[in-house]
Amino acid sequence: MKVLQKTPTGIRGLDEITAGGLPMGRPTLICGAAGSGKTLFSMEFLVHGAKKYNEPGVFVAFEEKSEELAINVASLGYDLNQLQEDKLIKLDHVHIVRSEIEETGEYNLDGLFIRLGYAIDSLGAKRVVLDTIESLFSGLTNQAILRAELRRLFEWLKEKKVTAIITGERGAETLTRQGLEEYVSDCVILLDHRVENKISTRILRIVKYRGSVHGTNEYPFLIDEEGISVLPVTSLRLDHQVSSLRVSSGIPALDKMLGGEGFFKGGSILVSGTAGTGKTSIAGSFINEACKNGKRCIYFAFEESPQQIVRNMHSINVNLQEHLDTGLLQFSASRPTLNGLEMHLLSITKMVDKFKPDIIVLDPITNLITVGTASEVKSLLTRLIDYLQAAQITVMFTALAYNDNKTEQTDEGISSLVDAWLLVRDIELNGERNRGLYVMKSRGMKHSNQVREFVISDEGLKLVEVFLGPEGVLTGSARETQLLLEKTSVALRDHAVTRKDREIERKRLVLESKISSLKEEFESLQDELNKSYIEDDLKKNIMEDNRRQMTQKRDE
Amino acid sequence: MSEALQHYGGEHEEEDEHYVLRLFITGASMNSIRAVINLKEICEKYIKDRYTLEIVDVHQEKWRAEKEQLIALPLLIKISPVPERRLIGDMSDTEKVLRGLGIPQN
Repeated sequence: MKVLQKTPTGIRGLDEITAGGLPMGRPTLICGAAGSGKTLFSMEFLVHGAKKYNEPGVFVAFEEKSEELAINVASLGYDLNQLQEDKLIKLDHVHIVRSEIEETGEYNLDGLFIRLGYAIDSLGAKRVVLDTIESLFSGLTNQAILRAELRRLFEWLKEKKVTAIITGERGAETLTRQGLEEYVSDCVILLDHRVENKISTRILRIVKYRGSVHGTNEYPFLIDEEGISVLPVTSLRLDHQVSSLRVSSGIPALDKMLGGEGFFKGGSILVSGTAGTGKTSIAGSFINEACKNGKRCIYFAFEESPQQIVRNMHSINVNLQEHLDTGLLQFSASRPTLNGLEMHLLSITKMVDKFKPDIIVLDPITNLITVGTASEVKSLLTRLIDYLQAAQITVMFTALAYNDNKTEQTDEGISSLVDAWLLVRDIELNGERNRGLYVMKSRGMKHSNQVREFVISDEGLKLVEVFLGPEGVLTGSARETQLLLEKTSVALRDHAVTRKDREIERKRLVLESKISSLKEEFESLQDELNKSYIEDDLKKNIMEDNRRQMTQKRDE
Repeated sequence: MSEALQHYGGEHEEEDEHYVLRLFITGASMNSIRAVINLKEICEKYIKDRYTLEIVDVHQEKWRAEKEQLIALPLLIKISPVPERRLIGDMSDTEKVLRGLGIPQN
């Protein structure tokens, strides 16, 4: 079984959409309006062919002069003159002006054939671009001849076994003004340049690709200083690798709430809350912790400038500057209105591919809604999450909740997409506002259901256990007061206990002294009693003696 | 014959001008053969002895295709008198050929 062979274009992303590139040895039609990037597209095809795949190419320009072309693509860093010298690329400018030509009967385009054939053979070219061949129609009048000759040209290109790109201007009702799609039927790619809400988006679509599977969606593409990149960011599958590794949030108490270890690597985290609840601070300390562990991070800021963020983070003892200096952290700050949504997605994924971060932060996604509808934003974030998950990159979004309503649904409706959702909420009590942090959800891990008070101090972010009193949850100074009250009562109780102890001691002493005096009394009494006993004995003895003496005397 | 030509070109200044023509053809294709025959016929009829005709077979000199900006063939280039003019086709439309070459008709 013979499968259609393909020629890689080398254009970022396009080879993925086309599953390998353009059909090898066949012509491909690229059509689009003026300024849609056709020439650049075909030029990249040739340059990449020459540089990456060792396939020399011929560029036949019907509109631009060779020198102009060389200058135009020099801005992308391609040195066409050098490539021409190296015999890797041949530029040929076909100059045709109707007024200079008189048609005097039957003719054909053999001149073009010979010219092209000569160029192909002298280079051993494998790639050919005809940009824009429709110009022939304005130079020559005999349509019947032209059409027959074009058909012959495309057949001839196939015989030459070159992979060709033919560009065509978009017509009013047809893909090209002259209906070139009739002749080039193997592969047709449409480039478009749309402006919606004053924001432009470039779109690429594969209209047809005979004998091959291909993505049929509209793919946005970027033209920047690196040329064209098409990024097929789709969310067709849900079969990403998952990791059970954890990433610390940078706030120890928050990690504790998240099963003790933090977020899952490659997960998506949403931090939502009303204005001024410290979403950016959470993101900042998350990044800070990651960078300290040698991880690479990108911070996409849609609201503040990098300098502003660095300065503000400094006030809570988070030093992002040092991570910028070590190159672990990169900022990308742009107003959402700079690009269309698709362009944002493209530039994000492009930067991610280049920098290869472990963690990215988008702060805040709420602002994206200014350039798209809610459903578009959701679709963008879905694809972004899918893309990041596949690359095992942890992402933290912050989102502004406009109203402190009870539904707690973010306006982007993406809370169902993310793996973990932290909600920071104002708790207003006793004339002051305090921040309460909840873990609304955290897939695949045990997480705390408790509200924690979220304190932003000079030392950084802290989570404090809220006080659960008889009147409910207490925060801020109310919590402090309650703590003080408790302290006082403890002191008072301690005090009372010691006083009682002392009294007992005193009583004991009193009793003991009483006991000893009674004892002494008893002893003296005993002495007294003993004394009379002895006297009595003495009296008795003396009297006995006396009587005996008396008796003796009477007897004498 | 030459008198007749002079008569034709009488009111023009370039009556004595020499025509330098270059015809690009592709081998022995039908169009090429017809172009050569038709052109020679016209030249002999209208500018006899006042022209130089170079016939180039592009197949033999392919490198010239780019240099001479060849696309449609057969191609006749009137190099002089100036201005340079380009005529394509098999030269079967005599009127157009004459107009292209700047040769007045009778």
